[in-house]
Amino acid sequence: MFRYILLRIALALPTIVLVSILVFLMLYLTPGDPASIYVGDRQATPERLAQVRHEMGLDRPILVQYADFATGMLRGGASRSLQTNRAVSDEIMERLPSTLELTIAAFLISVFIGGGLGILSALRPNSWFDTATRAVAMAGVSMPVFWLGALVIFIFSVQLRWFPVTGEGGWERLVMPAAVLGLVTAAPLMRLVRGSMLEVMGMDYITTARAKGQRESAVVLGHGLRNALIPIVTVMGLQLGALLGGAVITEAVFARPGIGRLIVDSILSKDFPVVQATILYVAVIYIVINLVVDISYGFLDPRIRLGAGQR
Amino acid sequence: MTTSTTRAVAQPVSALKPRHDSMLRMSLRRLLRNRGAVIGGIILLVLIVAAVAAPLISPYDPVEMNPPARLQSPGLSHPFGTDNFGRDIFARVLYGTRISLPMGIIAVAISLIIGLVGGLLAGYYGRWVDAGIMRAVDVMLAFPGLLLALAIVATLGPSLVNAMIAVGIAAAPTYIRVVRANVLSAREYDYVEAARSVGVPERTIILRHILPNVSAPVIVLATLGVAGAIITAAALSYLGLGVKPPTPEWGSMLREASNYLRLAPWTTTFPGLAIVVAALAINLLGDGLRDTLDPRMKL
Repeated sequence: MFRYILLRIALALPTIVLVSILVFLMLYLTPGDPASIYVGDRQATPERLAQVRHEMGLDRPILVQYADFATGMLRGGASRSLQTNRAVSDEIMERLPSTLELTIAAFLISVFIGGGLGILSALRPNSWFDTATRAVAMAGVSMPVFWLGALVIFIFSVQLRWFPVTGEGGWERLVMPAAVLGLVTAAPLMRLVRGSMLEVMGMDYITTARAKGQRESAVVLGHGLRNALIPIVTVMGLQLGALLGGAVITEAVFARPGIGRLIVDSILSKDFPVVQATILYVAVIYIVINLVVDISYGFLDPRIRLGAGQR
Repeated sequence: MTTSTTRAVAQPVSALKPRHDSMLRMSLRRLLRNRGAVIGGIILLVLIVAAVAAPLISPYDPVEMNPPARLQSPGLSHPFGTDNFGRDIFARVLYGTRISLPMGIIAVAISLIIGLVGGLLAGYYGRWVDAGIMRAVDVMLAFPGLLLALAIVATLGPSLVNAMIAVGIAAAPTYIRVVRANVLSAREYDYVEAARSVGVPERTIILRHILPNVSAPVIVLATLGVAGAIITAAALSYLGLGVKPPTPEWGSMLREASNYLRLAPWTTTFPGLAIVVAALAINLLGDGLRDTLDPRMKL
């Protein structure tokens, strides 16, 4: 098991390095001179541009620049925002709790509703419950977060006045955004859980377990769910990615000052140091989440762990 | 995989043309029996007709402002009401079909091209080609959800074309993976081995013998992908990173409408409904296609 975990970590490291190279190159792939992007919309003399280029180290070899970028990121973002002139790391740390709070709450809602309905629906395929759940899930995968968010604001804030419209702080400001994001991401999860459960419940060992006279709950949870877990855990990992992405939109709809807002605002204001750092950190967080998911396979299914050990 | 074996058996007998045709007809007949797919197909057709015939259907210009008529609630002269510039929302939603549908389709076309080329190369040639392409896929998948599209838009700058490119590239890894997986299994079939042993050129093997095996899952993936691409492209516009006003696009209409939610909820209702209807129609069709072409596929 230890070897399996080490192997997984060893495989994730090059990905992080490649991602950081890609994010570093963003500035160079952008049409136009990086220095004038940094100067922004203000008019700049050639001398000023040359000075900026020197300050940014743009006149040095690209490898040296990347090394600087990478060590800066490792130290927690040494660069400063062009808009506020604050350290990028401060900007990010200030907004991270809001995004984490939203993502975790939405994840719980998503897993509870998507997973629960998926299992129930697979146990009674083609019943009215199954048909209704599938119809709702179908509508869910066709529903843009930003529109559902607007509808929820209109109904529960404007009409019923149950919750404050926007901002953050306190559970009453978290309910609507978390519910919207959770529900939209529950739909694909429900479809997948149902599919995996249906497949597993048709297996011979389920029939055997039933023939042995085991209680139905033991059959479903012990034999069914246990074996359906691998694809479900995979999707839950991807789900967190969808949630991190969805948080960008949800934060815009509900005006929550989180990481997503920071990314969008910094793209709109061409604040490149913030764009790069935020995107890189979110990507690394996501890589780590997927690493944890990968490692959890080893616990869920010994075959995977052993397969990796033999290689 | 029972389905792939039946397909594999059906492929090499392409000399028996009628058999091949009847399989196509069989799939079509099965698709027509799928109620969801038929409903989805009909709605999609209506949307396409509406997009083409937009000037004939609506008397209003989608971008012409008419300040005296601003924020009128839905009524006889403006069935969906008017927005904050007095523009007819029905006309804007209608003309929006001309932007949003092609955006989704072009974005998927970009994913498809990348996916087919990358997946075929990786699956067929294996070794370092495969390793290199799959590494690139891993790196792309390291950006969660919308983030890769955001990074691309940040690099290229916000615009309609760049939004399509961003959505297309961001979705491409899934296509590469699906194509590669199917190529890997197709490569091992006896008739591919046979073709190789009698000296059929590699290009012919890839195009004639491997590619057809990939088509079913790719058709399903691409159809469902259009729905996702429409929503993602609209999301970029909603964030202000895609289509710019005054172009009538559903996502950017919702962005403008967000300030008038209290005052004029209809400005939000109809563009959003248009996205849901379009995405739902395409998803229904895609689900039907999956049940017909590749029932074991998990999407």
